[in-house]
This record gives sequence, structure tokens and C-alpha cells, in this order.
Amino acid sequence: MASGVKPRVKVPKNAAAGDTITIKTLISHKMESGQRKDDDGNIIPRSIINRFTADFNGQNVIDVTLEPAISTNPYFQFEAVVPESGDFQFTWYDDDGDIYKETKSITVS
Amino acid sequence: MMKSAPWVALVAMGFGGAAVAQDSKALNVEGTALVTEAAAPSHMENVDTIYSGWRFRSGETQALQTDDFDNPAMVFVDQGIDQFGKIDGTEGKACSSCHENIEDFAGLRPQLPRVQDGKLVSMENLVNTCRTERMGAEPWKWSGGQMTAVTALIGLQSRGMPIDVAIDGDAAPFWEKGKELYYTRVGQLDMSCSNCHEDNYGTMIRADHLSQGQINGFPTYRLKNAKLNSTHGRFKGCMKNIRATPFAEGGDEFKALELYLASRGQGLAVESPSVRN
Amino acid sequence: MELTRRKILALSAGSVAFATLSSLPAFASLTDDAIAELTGGADVGEGTIKLTAPEIAENGNTVPIEVDAPGAVEVTLYADGNPVPNVATFKFGPLSASRSASTRIRLATTQNVVAVAKMEDGSFQMAKANVKVTIGGCGG
Repeated sequence: MASGVKPRVKVPKNAAAGDTITIKTLISHKMESGQRKDDDGNIIPRSIINRFTADFNGQNVIDVTLEPAISTNPYFQFEAVVPESGDFQFTWYDDDGDIYKETKSITVS
Repeated sequence: MMKSAPWVALVAMGFGGAAVAQDSKALNVEGTALVTEAAAPSHMENVDTIYSGWRFRSGETQALQTDDFDNPAMVFVDQGIDQFGKIDGTEGKACSSCHENIEDFAGLRPQLPRVQDGKLVSMENLVNTCRTERMGAEPWKWSGGQMTAVTALIGLQSRGMPIDVAIDGDAAPFWEKGKELYYTRVGQLDMSCSNCHEDNYGTMIRADHLSQGQINGFPTYRLKNAKLNSTHGRFKGCMKNIRATPFAEGGDEFKALELYLASRGQGLAVESPSVRN
Repeated sequence: MELTRRKILALSAGSVAFATLSSLPAFASLTDDAIAELTGGADVGEGTIKLTAPEIAENGNTVPIEVDAPGAVEVTLYADGNPVPNVATFKFGPLSASRSASTRIRLATTQNVVAVAKMEDGSFQMAKANVKVTIGGCGG
């Protein structure tokens, strides 16, 4: 696992059915672009998060493909509708095969 | 002499078309107003008004600090919470074994560095003293990720409190030494701190906007390196830029300079962890 | 793409200053190629989607970008002055409330950011924003 990777997610705890809610996500990751060289002139191999998905109760909200031009500590903000109470599942896919997950519950009244 | 804040006009021209989240004078973090401008303390002879470095940044960079989610430093504060609760060393203790409520650190950050038992200590010294003497653990690197995460977490407890370091009594000789360093020209470019941060703040150094070099926001998340930066790490960067051989992080020189710089920001709000360019 | 030393330097996260100083050739054609690959050569309209970016980025490492594309099923972002033009693709799922998203991107130099949206009817829309990336002084 890439070192020091920590996800952060902001989801409101409550909403009314059919409301639009704003979601923010951030994950600490160096997003090594594969374009840089080390002190000896060798290319530092690419090591990025290449995909991020957000789902709610098994249905997709957003599916993002990331390229090396996404900044260190990738940040996304987007909007979702929540038809019922349930769980958001956030998943980040690392080039090295690791998968980082975070879940947030929301109560819909 | 009153400096007429020339950067206000520059910002208005340069960034006027961009989306400025708020009036660039008012820093509201999570709904709480922080003081970014104050009358200079009486010991400052050449400056009338002191400004937080936040005031010198573009609207987009400023906006990052107004929301604790948008502030990328907060992911490192989260890591700091993990570090704080992690048992390490021969005594089987974590920071949290003694310091049960992190909120109890409110009020510490504005007073540092301070003199204890005749020595000038920074927050990093306090953390490492706990680690080596109480936990039986290895000290952390002064500007390493673990240290900056924890100093950001501890600093955050005092966010909004005015910087208030002691510069008299025991502290006086350290403060004098720091002041001397501030005005001493060094390096191949033969420059002192004051050449940029006192004589030329508000003007541009190439495309960068020179600040007063205030340290009330440290540790600070820099867009440049996308991580938390310690005060001493920043001093080192400045010294390299003027082609000088930097003093050691955690050494007597940087601690004295830290005290002097903190005293130049008396009255500005603690912004830890801030966001800068 | 042939990787020359100059191009490799261009996207190094910390070398915004290098990239700007080395007067990069225009990479617009790479972006055009990438867009053509996405659209299959179909016409790309303008005017219905919105791309928000700073006019001047204080630091090319972290440039906030927002895209708002009502009626889009997916949006791809390109940066025409980066060595690799593709930046990200957002695919909107059934529970997406709006066809909008924000992120933070790396720009090697002053350039255009381009958003191309694939609409629900299969047509394409685009929006462009020019972002000036400043050279660091002590920040760089």
C-alpha cells in the first residue's frame, strides 16, 4: 500500500427524500505523475489513483477516470440525489492495485 | 510612515476577473472571523500595520482556507489525530495517554516558542520531549510528516487566538538574537529577511507576491509541495533562495528567529494549519 | 508520443518554472487528436456547458476547475499545454443530481483547459478556459 493514504469525505448526515446534496472528497496521495526525474536523472515511475467512484445503495453517482494531471491529494466535489436512507460507498483505485474505501451513512426523512 | 497597502490594488487588477470567494480582507474560517490585520507591536520600528500572509494570496488560494474540508491540510490533521492516539515506545503510551483531551492545548500555540528552564523551546521540542522522556520513543524529524501532522493538530486547538509570545525577562536574549538574525545579510545574494519581508512586502518577486513573512499560520499547507511545512522548513527554503547555507532545523538560530518573527505577529490570529502558495 | 527531455520536464509537479522558461511548443494538436478520438470526428458544439477556472493560477500544481454540463452523460477535461493532454473523465450515474463536478488539476504552463461533454442524445459540446500560470519567485 502506498504510504500515508487517508481518505476524507463530507456528506450531510440528514436530507429530505429527493434532495440534492453536495459531496466533497479528498484523499492524501502523492499522485506521482511519471513525468518527474529523481536526482540521478531517472524517471520516477508513475504512481497515481486512476479511478474514483461514488455509489449510493449500489447505484452509481459518479465514476471518475484520473490522469496524472490531477493534483496531489485528489479532490472532488459533486452532487447526488438520495431517494432513501442508506450508505454512500466511496472507492479509490491505486495504480499499485490497492483499493481505498470509505462509507458514509445518510438518514433520509 | 504609513504603507498604503499597494497589493490591494494589485490584487484587484490581477485577480479581479477571477472568482473571489469573499472580500479579501475578511478571513472567515467555518463561520469564525480571524484577525488578519493589526497595529504593529511597538517594538517594530519600520512597520505600522501587520498582515497575515493570507492577505497576499489570490482569491482561489484564500478560499481554500475558509472551509475545513476544502483546506487540504485537514487530511494531515486527521493523520495527526491518528498519530496522537498511537502507542509508541517502551512505555506503552500514546500522546493521548496523558493528554486525554486535545482541546486542552487551546492557548499553547500563541505562546510558542517560549523559555522553559532557561532554554527556548518550540512546539516540536515539546512533542519530542514527550516522546523521548515519557513514551520512550524515538524523536520525530523536525519537519517530517508525523511531526507536522501533530503540530497542525495542536495548533488548530488555538485557531483564532491572538499570537502572544513573551519577549521580555528570560526570553529577551533569545529575542535579541532573533532580531539580529532578521536584519543580518547572508548568502551570495547578500540579503536579510528584512530586505524582502519588511522593505518590500506587497510587491512582486517575479510572479510571487511578497508577504510580511508572518508565521501565525504555520504549519502551513503549500500548494508548491502539497504538504504541511514547518516554520523552520520555510526558513530553510528562504535561506536557500538567497544562496545562503541554511541553519539547522531545530537549532538555536532558527528558534531565536521563530521567536522574533512570532513577536512581529503579536495580535494576528493563529491560522494553523493555513494554506499558502 | 515521443518523450523528449523538455516534455518530461514540463509536467514535473514542481517544475512549473522550468516549463515556462523552456518555451514549450504548442501541444494543441495532441489535444485535438484526443478530442477527435473521443468524438469519432463528430461536430462539437459550444455554448451549453460551462467551465470555470481561474484567469490566473497562483500555482500550477493546484488549479481549481469546475465543470457544469447540463444534459451530459460524461465530461472529459483536457489541458492543451501539458505533455499528456487528458486530465480526467467524469461519468455521471443515475443518482447524480447535476452534471457538474469540481476538482484540482496540474497545469505545466499557461494554456487552455478544455471540457468536452458527451450529451444524452450522443452529440458533443465543449467549453474552453485560458489559465495563466505564473512563475514562482520564492514560491517556485
